[in-house]
Amino acid sequence: MEKLEILEGRKKQVYEKTKDAATFDIKCETTSLSGSVSQRACVFCGSRVVLYPVADALHVVHGPIGCAAYTWDIRGAVSSGPELHRLSFSTDLQEIDVIYGGEKKLYKSLIELIDQYQPKAAFIYSTCIIGLIGDDIDAVCKKASEETEIPVLPVHSEGFKGTKKDGYKAACDALMKIVGTGSTDGIGKYSINILGEFNLAGEAWIIKDYYEQMGIEVVSTMTGDGRIDDIRRSHGASLNIVQCSGSMVKLAKMMEEKYGIPYLRVSYFGIEDMSKALYDVAEHFKDNPSILDAAKKLVSREVGELYPQLLDIRQALAGKKAAIYVGGAFKAFSLIKALATLGMDVVLAGSQTGNKDDYTGLKEMCDEGTVIVDDSNPVELSKFILEKEADLLIGGVKERPIAYKLGVGFCDHNHERKIPLAGFVGMLNFAKEVYQSVMSPVWQFAPRKGGL
Amino acid sequence: MLLRHTKKEVMEREALTINPAKTCQPIGAMYAALGINGCLPHSHGSQGCCSYHRSTLTRHYKEPVMAATSSFTEGASVFGGQANLVTAINNIFSVYEPDLIAVHSTCLSETIGDDLQQIVTKAKDDGKIPEGKKVIYAPTPSFVGSHVTGYANMVTAMAEQFAENTGEKLDQINIIAGWMEPADMREIKRLAKELGATIKLFPDTSDVLDAPQTGKHVFYPKGGITMSGLKSTGDSKSTISLGCFTAEPAAIALDKKCKVQFKSEDIPVGLRATDRFLMRLAKAARVKIPESVTDERGRLLDIMTDMEQYFHGRKVALFGDPDDLIPLTEFLVDLNMKPVHIVSGTPGKRFEQRMRDILSDSVPDANIKNGPQADIYLLHQWIKNESVDLLIGNTYGKYIARDEDIPFVRYGFPIIDRIGHSYFPSVGYMGGIRLAEKILDVLMDRQDRDAPEESFELVM
Repeated sequence: MEKLEILEGRKKQVYEKTKDAATFDIKCETTSLSGSVSQRACVFCGSRVVLYPVADALHVVHGPIGCAAYTWDIRGAVSSGPELHRLSFSTDLQEIDVIYGGEKKLYKSLIELIDQYQPKAAFIYSTCIIGLIGDDIDAVCKKASEETEIPVLPVHSEGFKGTKKDGYKAACDALMKIVGTGSTDGIGKYSINILGEFNLAGEAWIIKDYYEQMGIEVVSTMTGDGRIDDIRRSHGASLNIVQCSGSMVKLAKMMEEKYGIPYLRVSYFGIEDMSKALYDVAEHFKDNPSILDAAKKLVSREVGELYPQLLDIRQALAGKKAAIYVGGAFKAFSLIKALATLGMDVVLAGSQTGNKDDYTGLKEMCDEGTVIVDDSNPVELSKFILEKEADLLIGGVKERPIAYKLGVGFCDHNHERKIPLAGFVGMLNFAKEVYQSVMSPVWQFAPRKGGL
Repeated sequence: MLLRHTKKEVMEREALTINPAKTCQPIGAMYAALGINGCLPHSHGSQGCCSYHRSTLTRHYKEPVMAATSSFTEGASVFGGQANLVTAINNIFSVYEPDLIAVHSTCLSETIGDDLQQIVTKAKDDGKIPEGKKVIYAPTPSFVGSHVTGYANMVTAMAEQFAENTGEKLDQINIIAGWMEPADMREIKRLAKELGATIKLFPDTSDVLDAPQTGKHVFYPKGGITMSGLKSTGDSKSTISLGCFTAEPAAIALDKKCKVQFKSEDIPVGLRATDRFLMRLAKAARVKIPESVTDERGRLLDIMTDMEQYFHGRKVALFGDPDDLIPLTEFLVDLNMKPVHIVSGTPGKRFEQRMRDILSDSVPDANIKNGPQADIYLLHQWIKNESVDLLIGNTYGKYIARDEDIPFVRYGFPIIDRIGHSYFPSVGYMGGIRLAEKILDVLMDRQDRDAPEESFELVM
């Protein structure tokens, strides 16, 4: 196939691990080049995906209709009760509002909505033009909150004010205003909050169940099947467990500073990381050895069940090649380990929002010849997938059809996953999904490697 | 009960949209731009807009969708987006090598006052647009109209910024496609060929968003009207625009610029709209409607008469975009069905006027609303007050269909949970047959499901 060029300004965001490449200085945490066909989203997107699974809150998007329309129920974040979060509420700003301001409209919307739905709290997302037209959403929220006696929280998520990560921060700021407003009565010593788990396909339930089996009390799952009343009292927990590299570390840090709650960073993908997530918590509560005993028992039981089932799959997949392009780099670490469990080689690893530490970590983990990319685009992804002869791409909605057009298997490790991939059971699901996609007979009709 | 929060009492809402039956302008502009061969759509705004539009189009078509963005930062919002757009144009032509870039604005760039015309002129003056390449632009503020408006604005930009009247008339008819599926555009071309009429169809997303699997990821699939094709529309004998919301504005612009007269027709959905379109085309191109097409019509009519007993009197609720709903409603009325609730998020007086005309005899008191607060929540409330036998709309209708247990046919944009819409046409007589089949399938499946054992029928 013809040689594809990398944009001049992008060369520093692409790195190939070779023997000679002594210096590693990948450029990241920058804004995307103008004119790039980037796979990234915006600040608003970051806030929206993090807060969305709080199911008994109102989520009102203040802006023109699009931002609300495109984020209407696109994330499979499951709720065990209320499903208010799956509706789409928008102030649907019109030209006249842009000229005269949208504050009155927002205020009216809030009063109408809160009156009708009686939510536990309301999150108000500001979109690109809100700051520009001069709306003071803080003041509107304050007024609405006083009148309705529920927390009405502004989320400062103007799309252009940074990257998706800044949206995570805005979401954490909003959550922090709820934390600490409830009673901590009855919360025991061996208690945790689960942060950065969004309950896609019910994953938070699996994780929560593991910890409960170890005798640990889960005070709040925050943003996975989230409930306002739980978040209010979450400062009563002894420990925060944080998954997902970018999104919730900020909240954990704020809670550490204000309430002295330490936090652990974990991942629930793959046998290794899942086990570690349990053992690390047991280690934290080491004054109670029964927790560690329970963890050991749980891990041994689950792995014992899982491992024999993985062996056949591993035999079929051994030596197959995988490409990874995900939102946060932390997820890529787990995926590399999980793919190694399946005997697969990673030939491309990249993320939309990784930082220097993340990429250094990725470099350490990867074999020679692996390409590492930050904020990539379809041209680069196609180029490396074909050049490196990948059999599988792991990514999100925009990457899926690219893989299929290239005749390569695909696994969605983002919003559109249909089955839980977290936990021990998730590892088996992941293995099965990768196996089904990579080994599908359809590829025999779909010429790979540019039709050769 | 996902929609358990819907209240039956309909109260006047002033300030709020719940479960919108529309989205914003730029995605329409992006979709239209994909109907030009070798075109890279460009979103002049924040990165998220472009990402959301690409994701939504990808979910609808199961295809890669390429588009670039100016990637606005805080600086750009203070100092204006000119530098971003000029840099973007330069980067795009040097790396992605499109034949043209179709720029649309966003709420952000419109609010800060960026003037696309002036910026593109500057890029040209600065030598950022290579010889033979082109940049077109359409303003698409998200706070005006809807995705339908954005489509119309980009198609109008095509007419205004490409068409040239050289003084030499060409023996061809322009057909301006309203917002329809690639399969529909393909069907329009097939019908024109059957008639022996030479047409220039634009935009044309067939062979772009229904591209075959080849083992390659092609940045610019082979479909779409070419730049020279667009240029030649200024010399065409006449224009037929399909859809008064999405196509007619471009026809008006073309007439104004190049003196190509136009006739405005509906998107040819159903028997009568297809009749009108084909007669219009036959007349304009001075050709006769061949027996093969007359036979297609006969087959559609045959199904309509054969199955009449299953359609008649059935009440329908529908939502979507004006140009889709107008001919569809006419078709439903011809099938002796009763469209009782109709909602479109897109504003425009002509919508309700047309609907009232179509329904004046059969359902004079139908609930019809479009524009702000005409949303799927309102439609649901209406359904709670007067139930229906069938719901027609985009994927978001599935919540109502499930909660109220109503047979549901997917039609419109977006359809993100089924395939077929991009492969099988809804337009023309064949499209009518498909729509009739889809409606019958869900109605008869329901009858089978609910029939008591003794009256469960083998032959229907």
